[in-house]
Amino acid sequence: MIYAIASGKGGTGKTTVTASLAAVWDRPLTAVDLDVEEPNLHLFLHPSITAEKPASLEIPVLDAERCTLCGECAAFCQYKALSIMGKTLLVFPEMCHGCGGCLALCPEGALSPGGRELGHILEGTAGAARFLMGRLRVGEAMSPPLMRQVKKQIPRNAGADVLIDSPPGVSCPAVNAVMDADVIVLVTEPTPFGLHDFRLAVEAFSPLGKPLGAVINRAGIGDGRVQDYCREARVPVWAEIPFSRAVAEAYSRGEVAASAVPEVRGVFLALMARMQGAAAASKSASSNNGEVRHA
Amino acid sequence: MREIVVISGKGGTGKTSVTAAFAHLASAQGGAMLCDLDVDAPDLHLLLAPNRQEEHAFHSGREAVIDPEICTCCALCSGMCRFGAITPGPRAFSISPMRCEGCGVCARFCPAGAISLAEKHCGQWYASTTRFGPMIHAQLFPGEENSGRLVALLKKEARERAKAAGLELMLCDGAPGIGCPVISSLSGASLAVVITEPTPSGRHDLERVAALCRHFRIPVAVAVNKFDLNPGNSADIEGYCTEQGYALAGRLPHDEVVVRAMVQGKCVTELPETPFSKALRGVWEVVSDHARRTAARPSPFHNTPNA
Repeated sequence: MIYAIASGKGGTGKTTVTASLAAVWDRPLTAVDLDVEEPNLHLFLHPSITAEKPASLEIPVLDAERCTLCGECAAFCQYKALSIMGKTLLVFPEMCHGCGGCLALCPEGALSPGGRELGHILEGTAGAARFLMGRLRVGEAMSPPLMRQVKKQIPRNAGADVLIDSPPGVSCPAVNAVMDADVIVLVTEPTPFGLHDFRLAVEAFSPLGKPLGAVINRAGIGDGRVQDYCREARVPVWAEIPFSRAVAEAYSRGEVAASAVPEVRGVFLALMARMQGAAAASKSASSNNGEVRHA
Repeated sequence: MREIVVISGKGGTGKTSVTAAFAHLASAQGGAMLCDLDVDAPDLHLLLAPNRQEEHAFHSGREAVIDPEICTCCALCSGMCRFGAITPGPRAFSISPMRCEGCGVCARFCPAGAISLAEKHCGQWYASTTRFGPMIHAQLFPGEENSGRLVALLKKEARERAKAAGLELMLCDGAPGIGCPVISSLSGASLAVVITEPTPSGRHDLERVAALCRHFRIPVAVAVNKFDLNPGNSADIEGYCTEQGYALAGRLPHDEVVVRAMVQGKCVTELPETPFSKALRGVWEVVSDHARRTAARPSPFHNTPNA
């Protein structure tokens, strides 16, 4: 089963929750950091990295000798990555999304596949868990292509669960992180910002039709409107993590809350049980309906 | 024109609360054009309560659609799609809007001509007034891309309107991360203010987002929020900034007044003085002085990525 830990607002505690779940998880596990712009999970799980490899996006490379300036590629490219200026075809590698269209349609064979470095993919182990992360190159604008490549590395063997630490927000990177998950956990906090972005996330992710539950972090600060909204929108609250300076200070030292603060360990064990229960219920419901799931 | 962009790398370090307080403090010093560039999860309006004067649709990019009546299920499109967006159905192939990047490969190569590209309506943007001055903001629809383009559009509108209104300062609340909306928000900025916190994530993400600013030659000033959670880490971060040549804008204590102000829909500086608001006034002094100096030099960076 794949569990995505997501949030609308940043800084609500996705990484705290993911690291703590990894610490208490009672089944074989792969922990994946898909927040490739600002990956943080490794700072808490301290994995030993066994492999690091560069990831690149296929982009066109021009052979000016062969180019007849017919302009087909420039007219086709939706991202303005190719453009004819006077008597030259210009390629803007940073604009390219890697669709491969220009390579397929150039009638002269003047464009061949090259690469733009997206960042790195790192693999290793963290305790008993496998660990996987992507790290976007500083200056690279697009995170989804790297995220797709990291996701391809996720082992699909039955029996092993996957926890995904997702990027914040509800736009393309966040959707990319949750769309292949079986269960979505939304971490929020009981503040007006937390509520506003949580609502956006519920609206964005509900149409995916996956079991979705809330974790209310720093419960006790702010107001009670997140809880009210969960009741109205019928989003189950799978855990409330009480606000505690001890948790915040443990986090500031790079410690995992479930291990460093004994009082909250039980909260994460209960959360794990709820997540696993939701996954099992949805699996049996879909097999009863005879639905075919697409990966 | 001075353009100050507040960013953080890591989410939830206090960007929006700080930007709103800056807006309040700037309103007593000639005012500013306010801009929420976190178009994915905007929150600045929750503190500034803008009155919308204008509403505009944001169209960007395309989305492929298969006509099931024409599709012959030849599977050419799904083989060519680099984004895994096309799957076979019982009678025709279909395209997942969430995975489609609108590249047009399928539409171009479909031998039956069954696929068309439709323009996408990705969000709304607004020109508003607030108690601290005019504000430009937006809401990208959930799951949409092209947030970098929307950010570039907001900045262009904000600049033009600031100029027309005779405003010398633009204050922007940025997005978390280091990807397309952040890169776009840095375009033409006089100063990036990075709000961090004394945690391993705060430090790590500060390093990356500050490196991004350096890559685009945008000057950086750093403020450490919740510094008292871990004074040792705070000192380390400040040492790092000094070493790297980033300006230090100050330290802010961990204070429940931030959440209290948020619940009331106010800026912290509008509430009775606390150690936090006092420190924040100091940060604003440093930031506004620094932006005056950095704005005087020619800006080398006017990139507008469209990712």
